[in-house]
Amino acid sequence: MDNRVIIVKNLVKKFGNFIANDNLSFEVFKGEIFGFLGANGAGKTTAIRILSGLSSPTSGEVLVAGVDASKKPEAIKKQIGYMCQKFSLYEDLTVKENIMLYGGIYGMTKSLIKERTDDLLEKLNFREYGNKFIADLPLGLRQKLAFSVAVFHEPKIVFLDEPTGGVDPITRRQFWEMIYETAERGITVFVTTHYMDEAEYCDRISIMSEGRIVALDTPENLKKQYGADSVEEVFIKIARPN
Amino acid sequence: MKRFLGFVKKEFLHIFRDYRTLFILFGIPAAQILIFGFAVSTDVKNAGVAFLDLSKDETTQKLTDKIISSGFFRRTENLINYNEIEGIFRKGKTKEVIIFEKDFGKKLLSEGKANISIIADGSEPNTATLVTNYTMAIISDFNMEISGMQGKNSLIIQPEVKMFYNPNLKSQHMFVPGVITMILILICALMTSVTITREKEFGTMEVLLVSPLKPIQIILGKVMPYFLLSFINVLLILLLSWLVFGLSVKGSIILLLAESMLYIMLSLSVGILISTVSSTMQQAIFISLVGMMLPTILLSGFIYPVENMPKPYEIVSLAMPPRYFIIIIKNIMIKGTGFQYVWKETLILLSMTILFIGLSVRKFKVRLE
Repeated sequence: MDNRVIIVKNLVKKFGNFIANDNLSFEVFKGEIFGFLGANGAGKTTAIRILSGLSSPTSGEVLVAGVDASKKPEAIKKQIGYMCQKFSLYEDLTVKENIMLYGGIYGMTKSLIKERTDDLLEKLNFREYGNKFIADLPLGLRQKLAFSVAVFHEPKIVFLDEPTGGVDPITRRQFWEMIYETAERGITVFVTTHYMDEAEYCDRISIMSEGRIVALDTPENLKKQYGADSVEEVFIKIARPN
Repeated sequence: MKRFLGFVKKEFLHIFRDYRTLFILFGIPAAQILIFGFAVSTDVKNAGVAFLDLSKDETTQKLTDKIISSGFFRRTENLINYNEIEGIFRKGKTKEVIIFEKDFGKKLLSEGKANISIIADGSEPNTATLVTNYTMAIISDFNMEISGMQGKNSLIIQPEVKMFYNPNLKSQHMFVPGVITMILILICALMTSVTITREKEFGTMEVLLVSPLKPIQIILGKVMPYFLLSFINVLLILLLSWLVFGLSVKGSIILLLAESMLYIMLSLSVGILISTVSSTMQQAIFISLVGMMLPTILLSGFIYPVENMPKPYEIVSLAMPPRYFIIIIKNIMIKGTGFQYVWKETLILLSMTILFIGLSVRKFKVRLE
């Protein structure tokens, strides 16, 4: 069976005369952690919006979890999870109510939500927090919970848009452990980040500049190719060629 | 549908957990009704009244005594001719001038009717309405007394009321329609625009948009609780004004509630529209308060009659939804008229609602692109 979950061929997105995505082509595989890097304004956000069904491409072919993004963007939404930089849980609802809300939105049955909530709280050592308001939780816990909620309905792909912004290094490490676990379960992780050390944790990374993908490979290969010690050096060499 | 209900439930939780929201929803309307109600006091005590008695007979003397001894009025002056009227109002102590026509008593006995003129100081509209109403009540009481004494039923004193300074005086003390109109558009527009921009500001809107919920479901889910609560608010205000001020709805209550629902929908769509153009809660609050509250209070006819406005303002007021709802609700509540008298205004409100919803949907889509 084909294990490509995202297939993008010659994707172009124009806003008037401005070309936000210029002929993008790439593939992402099942269970892969795919890093999506680029300076601000490089076109990352536009691409993610198209991949998550919020916006449709001007031309080109985009298949996400087997669904054509230009024809049935709504159908994509059921297949994916999403967590953004800004905090995505409701602070005035309890942990359980938040899970119930998102589970319900994704069409899960009450009994299934209950069962998985118990598992989840157990796994995160969260048991005593179940009926606490999100506002009363420390930031690190919230972030982990937000991620767990994003994959709660077992999507095929989860999009993480700068998920670790403003989080301390220890929580970030724990967070990445959760990402690894999720990928091992077969959920594809599509992540954008500004932290170059995080890029090293990805299976493959793509680097965008001015609407184009200028590099796409494993961190190891990229470092070799550009004669750099770290992804950060690679990034600087690509983003500022001179 | 189940997805949608879970989402609506969440919105209710937001409201009930935030005591500030609850206060704005229910505390302010109750406070408004009480403040407006008691500020516009229905008590008249010792109001200054001047008499211009052109007849000076037994009957006019009796009626004058009856008015003075009622406890509501106090005689300021006895006038001799019409020219003095304006001067005495200028002094400010006199709220009302009562004029008996020439040969008042004779006419009453021979022709069975006589004329009495009541002129009130219209620069204080509320007081003016009150004192004239009291005077009329006393006169009609007097009518019955003398009819009984004379053994005839046909004696009629015909009072004619005139307002000085403000001839188009509207029934200003009917404040309840105004308060309902103001509260609804304020709360609906403010609350919905804030609740939607809050999701934008906190980033939860992104997550909702990426979820299988359709944009229309998100908007409806956010607006639905406010629709219900606003409707409860209308009932609350009506109940409160009935219990505290004894003001009941003269016309069809069902029609009134139906019109209220339409108006709530209109106000909510205004809120949605505001939320599509503002990106922070502060912005939304600012637009709702400055953009909605001031025009509502000043230009809708709530406090200042539309008919008395300078032409440019009157034209601006044509675009104010509250203007039409005030007409509708006053008609139903106070005049007791039916749908055939307010269908035009209803139609205007309906088309405004459709227009605002259409605009918001377009704006919402543009934002997504």
